[in-house]
Amino acid sequence: MGKPKFVYVTYIATTPEKLWEALTNPDFTQKYWSGVRQESDWKVGSTWCLKMPNGEVWDTGEVLEVDPPRHYTVSWRHEHFEDLRAAGFTRQSVEIEPFGELLKLTITHEAPEGGEKLIDAVSNGWPAILSSLKTMLETGRALPGTDRMPEHSQ
Amino acid sequence: MDDVDKVFKALADPSRRELLDRLFASNGQMLTELCDGLQMTRQAVTKHLKLLEDANLVATVRRGREKLHYLNPVPIAEIYERWIGKYERHRIHTLTELKKSLEEEKDG
Repeated sequence: MGKPKFVYVTYIATTPEKLWEALTNPDFTQKYWSGVRQESDWKVGSTWCLKMPNGEVWDTGEVLEVDPPRHYTVSWRHEHFEDLRAAGFTRQSVEIEPFGELLKLTITHEAPEGGEKLIDAVSNGWPAILSSLKTMLETGRALPGTDRMPEHSQ
Repeated sequence: MDDVDKVFKALADPSRRELLDRLFASNGQMLTELCDGLQMTRQAVTKHLKLLEDANLVATVRRGREKLHYLNPVPIAEIYERWIGKYERHRIHTLTELKKSLEEEKDG
């Protein structure tokens, strides 16, 4: 990967298996990821997509690297908005590492040439999604309102 | 000191806020790039960055022999989520946008 465009880190008190499950199982992602289902077989070369609560696919790509429960990298292109679709593919990596009794979760995103707009659009959501994921794994419940899309972004 | 204390202590210093401003403007900078044009010494910047990293406000990535510094907004998102309810967010955003546009108008 070239120089990452953004790097987000959070520390979560949970097990690698539970965190991996929360990230890769769509029934879980929709609980903290504004209702979005992240779907894939999670094998190298498998397709990958993000599906909105209404079933519409908004982002697609391919699994580039996978090492459960430690790491995955996907290629990612937005599909719904024409100008973001034209920005092309970007790469996103997820790392899960032990950190004392906690896990360190790192999300890294790289921008394609000219993909600034896509990166800005993608990066807006992550901090809230990550803090909701952390709350869900540590308390059993996602932050209120994070199981569906915010009204003004629909 | 718990994590939230670390975040507020890190943000309490204007020099550290300036470093975050620089990363917000241009993310993924090396130490030399960050120091460029600042009044602070390189050692002071290193100390501030270490404190920011310890508070999880800065994340680092190694690229060969270099270390790139990134603004990590997740702890700040947690503060926002803690005290701004989901129904308030749009109204708050409208208010901050209004303030920004009026203050830009005043300066311009």
